[in-house]
Amino acid sequence: MFKTREELQKSRAAYVAALNAEKKKILVCAGTGCVSGGALKVFDKLLELLKANNVKCELELSEENDGSAIGMKKSGCHGFCEMGPLVRIEPQGWLYTKVKVEDCEEIVEKTILKGEHIERLAFHELKSGIVHKEQEDIPFYKMQDRIVLKHCGLIDATSIKEYIAVGGYEALEKCIFDMTPEGVIQEVLDSGLRGRGGAGFPTGRKWDLARRLVPDADQKYVCCNGDEGDPGAFMDRSIMEGDPHCVIEAMAITGYAIGASKGFIYVRAEYPIAVQRLQLAIDKANEMGLLGKNILGSGFDFELEIRLGAGAFVCGEETALMTSIEGNRGEPRPRPPFPAVKGLFGKPTVENNVETFANIPHIIRNGAAWFASTGTEKSKGTKVFALGGKIGHTGLVEVPMGTTLRTIIEDIGGGIPNGKKFKAAQTGGPSGGCIPDSLVDTPIDYDNLTSIGCMMGSGGLIVMDEDNCMVDIARFFLDFTVDESCGKCTPCRVGIKRLYEKLDKIINGQGELKDLDEMEELCTYIKQNALCGLGQTAPNPVLATLRFFRDEYVAHVVDKKCPAHVCKSLMQYKIIEDKCKGCTACARKCPVGAIQGKVKELHTIDQAKCIKCGACIDTCKFSAIVKE
Amino acid sequence: MQKKRSSFPFTGTPEQEKQLKAIIDANKSDASRLMFVMQEAQHIYGYLPFEVQEMIAEGMGMPIEKVYGISTFYALFSLAPKGKYNISLCMGTACYVKGAQKVMDKLVEILGIGPDECTPDGMFSITPCRCLGACGLAPVMTVNDEVYAAVTPEKVTKLLAELKERG
Repeated sequence: MFKTREELQKSRAAYVAALNAEKKKILVCAGTGCVSGGALKVFDKLLELLKANNVKCELELSEENDGSAIGMKKSGCHGFCEMGPLVRIEPQGWLYTKVKVEDCEEIVEKTILKGEHIERLAFHELKSGIVHKEQEDIPFYKMQDRIVLKHCGLIDATSIKEYIAVGGYEALEKCIFDMTPEGVIQEVLDSGLRGRGGAGFPTGRKWDLARRLVPDADQKYVCCNGDEGDPGAFMDRSIMEGDPHCVIEAMAITGYAIGASKGFIYVRAEYPIAVQRLQLAIDKANEMGLLGKNILGSGFDFELEIRLGAGAFVCGEETALMTSIEGNRGEPRPRPPFPAVKGLFGKPTVENNVETFANIPHIIRNGAAWFASTGTEKSKGTKVFALGGKIGHTGLVEVPMGTTLRTIIEDIGGGIPNGKKFKAAQTGGPSGGCIPDSLVDTPIDYDNLTSIGCMMGSGGLIVMDEDNCMVDIARFFLDFTVDESCGKCTPCRVGIKRLYEKLDKIINGQGELKDLDEMEELCTYIKQNALCGLGQTAPNPVLATLRFFRDEYVAHVVDKKCPAHVCKSLMQYKIIEDKCKGCTACARKCPVGAIQGKVKELHTIDQAKCIKCGACIDTCKFSAIVKE
Repeated sequence: MQKKRSSFPFTGTPEQEKQLKAIIDANKSDASRLMFVMQEAQHIYGYLPFEVQEMIAEGMGMPIEKVYGISTFYALFSLAPKGKYNISLCMGTACYVKGAQKVMDKLVEILGIGPDECTPDGMFSITPCRCLGACGLAPVMTVNDEVYAAVTPEKVTKLLAELKERG
């Protein structure tokens, strides 16, 4: 337990020395993606084999390691989830991808004992087949600028010592001993940091309001929004799993700045590993005196508690999250009063999202000017995107604000697989919109996205190709928001449902042209009148697709065709006369007996019976069946 | 979200009740911990039958409406028991774009039950979920705690046959 600043600094020096001495290391990614792929089994097998070969291993950072022992570490998410399980070898910095238990023997034998590289396990570029030995050389990592994810994958996510060794808790120390609360707020204001969870409100301003507006409050709170509800975004999970202390440190700094002594981290229950790592990190920080009463002898108190969500998207809205922490149905509250005046348990509260918090220690340590030197005029720093969907490399990508979508998709993400054509990228999940092909060179920042009818949201970036139907995607998001609407206000509860019904009508081939105009009108009404962010942004996917892909809507409504061949009611399966050999394979496979034809004769599909399951198309060896 | 109440008879044991009472006693002084108590109760019983909700309401000194209101608001609280094999298919955006709906259609077709339902023999239940945060493995599915990556209609057909055989 550190009682003074000097004790922490002394120990930090020792941890730094220990970390530097620990030259040889095997870092196995223990993030959700890799664990699902069997990373923990790989870890156990490697350890077992090392022991069998009498190689000395250290499972934790040890001050006694003279460099002879190999550090075996479970790291946080490296972000390259598609290639998992990932294993990083130090000091070479090699990255092995898709490692299986069967590969462990070879890794120990060749790489650990003889220092040889195993090319088979290295990353091979999709198109060119170029092999990259070092992690930093892989285009996916090379073009990124990692601030928030800096430690993810490089340090042991369960070790407070390693976090301290890479400069952790230095920012907290600097704040409580060298800076006034006002000074801390000024630094954050100067950095230009904006909230990474959605609308992009300046973080420093939020803190300033919470500090000043109710000067005589007996209690204030800090909340961390870890309820990453956007389906398709997973950067907050990655930070909570891979660098949990960073969030804790930032929350303590916020507490100091606004005058709060208690904080809550609200995490989705769907993230069990994140919950476990955060709890471990909080316990360790308490044990070491970096949380709790009289931190480092400064007189500043700050305690933290985790609260679990239970699967409600609306709880990502800040007032709904507070209602949920209070033990109620997560319904939002009207504003004003704003949380800075009357938030959690009726007290002034600052709530920020995980990624926003993760920026704070770096800003305090390196200064506002350093942070503001990255990014665009009004959006400073970097943004983490969760790249997913029809893309070569799924994973987490951190780039400076202002990077174009083209760079992210083509250079970092490796382009669209299977030779398909890019159609659109969805940002901001169910609250955002889509960016079409014509706008892929727009520099991505808060204001540019807003101006094209999208929003940054939490940073989910789902890539869609020509096989995705935009009307269907709009309906998918509305299905989500209809389901997740809390029901408190009418524009959201009823309005979105009506919007969904209109889309459903179009997809089923009963749409009329006037539906499109009515939908636009309804969207505007909902945006203007819904109580909270969920309702106000729910029409965005419809508006954006209507704006950029109106011709696709028109094709559904007027021609009764789905150009991407997704909407079943607007699609027919047909057998091409010249290609059908009469092998009967499709007829035998058809679950409803809709295909007729004799052996070696042309087969036909009875459209009245066909359920459009696509079984025949997958069965035909002669590509004789097509969707129309 | 509409939730179905279970028609299965309640089969709680005295041991389960003892565990639940202990959790209620440790948390009843703080009303904001109601959700935590309900989450623990769901761990103990596997779901939140009405009988359990009544115990929680009484123990925490709250009206049953409040407990019921919360259990029906949050997706993770289940009012019906799950099957021996609880199949959870991710319906998040990344999974949907990569064909999760086709997998769901296949599950429904083979098992003859809809999402959020359990087969009459208590073997299988389908629980759609919103994003497990493992988008790199899309479409992703879990059966109890086992994770299956990049699932297709063919893969689930095979898997279900194996699970049926295992019993």
